[in-house]
Amino acid sequence: MSPDELKEYKGLWVFIEQRNGNPVRVSLELLGKGRTLADQLDVDVTAILVGEGVSGIPEELIYYGADRVIIADDPIARDYRTEVYADIIVEQVLREKPEILLIGATCIGRDLAPRISARLETGCTADCTELHIDKEMRLIVAAKPFFGRNLMADFICPFRRPQMATVRPGVMELKAQDRKRKGKLICVDLNLKEEDIRVTVLETVRSAPDGTSLEEADKVVVGGMGLGDVKGFEMLKELADLLRAKVGATSLPVDAGWISKDYQVGQTGKAIRPRLYIGCGVSGAIQHSAGMIHSELIVAININPKADIFNFADYGIIGDVNEIVPALIKELHEMNPKI
Amino acid sequence: MDMVVCIKQVPETTDIGWDPQTGSLIREGVPGILNPNDKNALEAALDLREKHGGLITALSMGPPQAEEALREALSMGIDRGILLSDSLFAGADTLSTSYTLGLALEKIARFDLILCGKESSDGMTAQVGPQLAELLNLPQLTCAIEITVNRSAVKIKQKLEDGFRILETCLPALITVEREINRPRIPAMDSIIEAYRDKKVQVWAGADIGCHTEHLGLKGSPTRSRKVYRKKVKRGEVTILEGEPDEAAKELIQILKQKGLL
Ligand SMILES: Cc1cc2nc3c(=O)[nH]c(=O)nc-3n(C[C@H](O)[C@H](O)[C@H](O)COP(=O)(O)OP(=O)(O)OC[C@H]3O[C@@H](n4cnc5c(N)ncnc54)[C@H](O)[C@@H]3O)c2cc1C
Ligand SMILES: Cc1cc2nc3c(=O)[nH]c(=O)nc-3n(C[C@H](O)[C@H](O)[C@H](O)COP(=O)(O)OP(=O)(O)OC[C@H]3O[C@@H](n4cnc5c(N)ncnc54)[C@H](O)[C@@H]3O)c2cc1C
Repeated sequence: MSPDELKEYKGLWVFIEQRNGNPVRVSLELLGKGRTLADQLDVDVTAILVGEGVSGIPEELIYYGADRVIIADDPIARDYRTEVYADIIVEQVLREKPEILLIGATCIGRDLAPRISARLETGCTADCTELHIDKEMRLIVAAKPFFGRNLMADFICPFRRPQMATVRPGVMELKAQDRKRKGKLICVDLNLKEEDIRVTVLETVRSAPDGTSLEEADKVVVGGMGLGDVKGFEMLKELADLLRAKVGATSLPVDAGWISKDYQVGQTGKAIRPRLYIGCGVSGAIQHSAGMIHSELIVAININPKADIFNFADYGIIGDVNEIVPALIKELHEMNPKI
Repeated sequence: MDMVVCIKQVPETTDIGWDPQTGSLIREGVPGILNPNDKNALEAALDLREKHGGLITALSMGPPQAEEALREALSMGIDRGILLSDSLFAGADTLSTSYTLGLALEKIARFDLILCGKESSDGMTAQVGPQLAELLNLPQLTCAIEITVNRSAVKIKQKLEDGFRILETCLPALITVEREINRPRIPAMDSIIEAYRDKKVQVWAGADIGCHTEHLGLKGSPTRSRKVYRKKVKRGEVTILEGEPDEAAKELIQILKQKGLL
């Protein structure tokens, strides 16, 4: 695009993914982050909401930071289908020309974003963990961990618009609602015909969130290679139960088969921000910290005083997990003999 | 049913150099392997061929050494391999990669199904499948953990973070597969020998697929990695709890108690 064409694109958009009429958390996280970024660019935040019977949502989106909500409410959009959602969003983007489009990196977000970016022939940074504005160049910089232990890479999309990124759930803070905020609702009509849509959804099964998933846990005790083996995780589970915490892991014990991938915390696992994180035998590689750095209180137990995790822990114990963890378990038992 | 499986050669280790200018990985001299997830795509294709017949082509864009990945696919039982290799392709982002693969698929022309891995083990964007589907105007079914074909209809079980969906569409279509869809076969020695001795890998350059150079490689890539840098993650000072294990443990428990975390 020419510099003049680039200038026509203004504003920051966030795609709001919803399930059964409830926005998914990462969409709300992005409204908060989007608000901060948009203020630096002095532009509006627009939420784009697609679905059927979603009319109850828009107010909430404004409270979370949107100035405008574009609503495409239609039976054809009841189930997420790539073509339907891509058609709707692309049409709106071409009409209104936003400079930035952010999408949560959920299964659906990662199915949708590349489809849109290919149609618009623009760039999309996948699964980033940090976003900021380069004011001088008027660009959004999307960053994520790169190979190696402590490498990050910044990605930009200088010559095409909108600049797109998918953002890992859980890494941006969920900002508090501001119920005084006012915004504009824009309903758009769809002229899609069911017979033109090539994919049908025959069945959807989602297990109801039980509120105890790793991402939502209040306290998480994470085990790394320093635990030594599967037995180490049994010991960790005992500690976690006493603390009423969930167990998590770095990627290496997962690769070693000591614990399932569902428990992995980090860039390619889950992003968590519990009130308490305790890392046991965790070195603190950037791919791991990308998923836990926003924890409120970070405690590290590691035998190596030079381990990276001590650069970002609040409290540390330098020692062998095989001694420290049993000592913690003992202490907790003594404190509360009933458990 | 004719199928094309897109496969990528990836560096064997993640301990790899990069060009700080372009952010591209320096792949020369680094041993490459077939992207593990693409073995699942190959296995899924072989499984469908057993049931429905047809010809399977493996297609890869990469430097000349990526031929090894295609040979590995051939030794698994794939019928033919095509390597897209041209210095013009270097430094491609996912869109430019998809554009190049798309032109090759237009040249191949005869296919009912395209299979891809969900994601590579190096870039890990999971974007090439959906972008390729868009450029070829095909329906996409992503994250498959089961595939069934019934005449001209294809059904998949799609994995979601908290469940699954059953999706159906008409052929031709593009499917990306998850690691857990199957366990890829390990080729027998004689199939490996056959793959190297009797089977052919065609090499196509930019001119062979009639592409516009402005869409290729780094030049045709809207996404640029601007900077790769070391980052020391830091957050204030750490307080080390000293003493014997039980003393340190006691102190930590006291702190957690004070902070209302017990
Ligand atoms: C593309 C990519 C994606 C990745 N994604 C993730 C991800 O999502 N999540 C993730 O966690 N990692 C991820 N990694 C891996 C990451 O780079 C690190 O290799 C990994 O986090 C290290 O795990 P660890 O800390 O358990 O092991 P190590 O780095 O081996 O550290 C073990 C630590 O335990 C300590 N130790 C050893 N014995 C004891 C003992 N007896 N008592 C106390 N301490 C002891 C050691 O001093 C050391 O610090 C990824 C890597 C790449 C390249
Ligand atoms: C650490 C890192 C991060 C990157 N981040 C981005 C980013 O955010 N956005 C971006 O646009 N580019 C990015 N790139 C560049 C990107 O990796 C390349 O464009 C690459 O050619 C394709 O993307 P992928 O490896 O992510 O593949 P994915 O999209 O993850 O691959 C999915 C499937 O597509 C098929 N496929 C992928 N590449 C090929 C190929 N060369 N030949 C045949 N089939 C193939 C395979 O079936 C594969 O399983 C990044 C590169 C690196 C190293």
